[in-house]
Amino acid sequence: MRTRALRRRAKSAMMTGVVAGLALLAVLPLLMIFADLVHKGATSIDWNFFVKSPVPAGESGGGVANAIVGTGIIVALACLAGIPVGVGTGLFLAEYGGGRLGWLVRFVADVMNGTPSIVVGISAWTWLVRPAGHFSAMAGGAALAILMIPMLARTTEEMVRLVPNSLREAALALGYPRWRTSLAIVARTALGGIVTGALVAIARIAGETAPLLFTALGNLNFSTTVTEPMQTLSLQIYVYATGPFEEWHRVAWAAALVLMGMVLVLSLTARWATRSRYASR
Amino acid sequence: MRRHTRNLGDPAYRWILTGLAVLLPLLLLAVGSQLAISAAPALKKFGLGFLFKTTWDPVAEVYGAAPMIFGTIVSSLLALIIAVPLALGVAIFLTEFAPRWLRQPVGFLVELLAAVPSVVYGLWGVFVLIPLLRTIAVPPLRAALGWTPFFKGVFYGNSMLAGGVILAIMIVPYIAAVSREVLQAVPATQREAALGLGATRWEAVWSAVLPYGRAGIIGAIMLGFGRALGETMAVTLVIGNRHDLGASLLAPAYTMAAAIANEFSEATTQMYLSALFAVGLVLFIITITINALARLLVWRVARGAAVGSKAL
Repeated sequence: MRTRALRRRAKSAMMTGVVAGLALLAVLPLLMIFADLVHKGATSIDWNFFVKSPVPAGESGGGVANAIVGTGIIVALACLAGIPVGVGTGLFLAEYGGGRLGWLVRFVADVMNGTPSIVVGISAWTWLVRPAGHFSAMAGGAALAILMIPMLARTTEEMVRLVPNSLREAALALGYPRWRTSLAIVARTALGGIVTGALVAIARIAGETAPLLFTALGNLNFSTTVTEPMQTLSLQIYVYATGPFEEWHRVAWAAALVLMGMVLVLSLTARWATRSRYASR
Repeated sequence: MRRHTRNLGDPAYRWILTGLAVLLPLLLLAVGSQLAISAAPALKKFGLGFLFKTTWDPVAEVYGAAPMIFGTIVSSLLALIIAVPLALGVAIFLTEFAPRWLRQPVGFLVELLAAVPSVVYGLWGVFVLIPLLRTIAVPPLRAALGWTPFFKGVFYGNSMLAGGVILAIMIVPYIAAVSREVLQAVPATQREAALGLGATRWEAVWSAVLPYGRAGIIGAIMLGFGRALGETMAVTLVIGNRHDLGASLLAPAYTMAAAIANEFSEATTQMYLSALFAVGLVLFIITITINALARLLVWRVARGAAVGSKAL
């Protein structure tokens, strides 16, 4: 009897160790990736890297200014379309989402979150690039917006649902119409959370490559024209990683470090903005 | 007057929000039907053979997608085999065993892993993972399992194995985050009842917590599978991109997403383009189906919750 209890407790302790070991093993690649990014990327980053455009293959020097600016512009375009629709959909789900339409929209949003981004990319190509006859940053922004909407809809809904009902009731009791209650009281209270959701969505689309391959295409020159091909950091990393030059690989690592830095800052800001909300967990 | 504006404002607000919300299902429908329309010429010409034929020859205009369908499924299954134990380890550790102070940092690290862009994983895969596999993983694998067809032949570096491993690293955080939320949704009474009956901590987890969350965990694994199937950039960079269908994990392979990424801009003829859209359509249908099933399973445990939204 005693030995059986001992054995059970030993097994429990062993499994705790196994589970902890597995968790450690799962986190290991992240630490390795960060270490490699810093190790291989940091040495190539100087002031010129941020303010110069790429130089022709074979020459050294130059930077990725065009890609950094391009990433910013394309993400901004995506936000322009994605944030209103995404947040609006989220508000709908939280305010009127009880019925069958709410169920459908919620379900479609979750399913679309898992849709391969390359599929969205070739759809955007069919709609925006082929009729226009040329690749454009706008088409890239539209593809990213499609990816952004379902993410944003679900986070907005969650955040709006966290607002206590008593706030809503108080506003309605004071004679506020429902739409003003929803916008000025409920959405206003949840604003921090909605912004967090937007930051997380931006962090995610800023690193997307596949939907941009056939829309924004990439551009070795500095361009801010949204109707023309535009470079992004992700596209530049892809092209340079597959290229034959040692110099390109060096730039790819540095660009990856910059991109990862951007994603990290966005994620940390989002985390910081909601720290009180998750502190209880 | 005030009454009047209120009566107008509320329905208007509702209709505007409804209009925005309806866009999402319409968008899904639009993507699906566009793919179907663009894929129609190829599907008409090759019929069901498109899925089972192994020749992909743009010069002769003969297209069979079997190698990439095979490659997509095998690389994703390989990723699941590696990722599931790790991800469940993280989820169980974080909800059941980890000291409180450790839960947040580790949880955050795992979420961060989900935020690393796919192309960065690919870059790392090409320059770090593949050399690592070559020196550390493949020699012992070949020594132990070289007699099986799965580890025969030359290791090219870019291979099914590299694709599976990079996919595994990418889907671990996703499966972990969703299963963690599923496990958190298991009522504490479930745990307490088992402990109250004299179960050890592990027994409580194994016999009371995991069975309760089973549907949700299966859903989480399927979500990870769906991700892996549609993942593009990282796989394109490491899998070798060859239209081959073979058992050896050490040989180059192809996936549907990688084929679209590589060949779409080279597709000069209508039929070539249509064949690539057909590949996209197959990928779309497979991932949509798997995601839909997974969501329903996860919802059964964590009802209606936007599970995994933090891992996006």
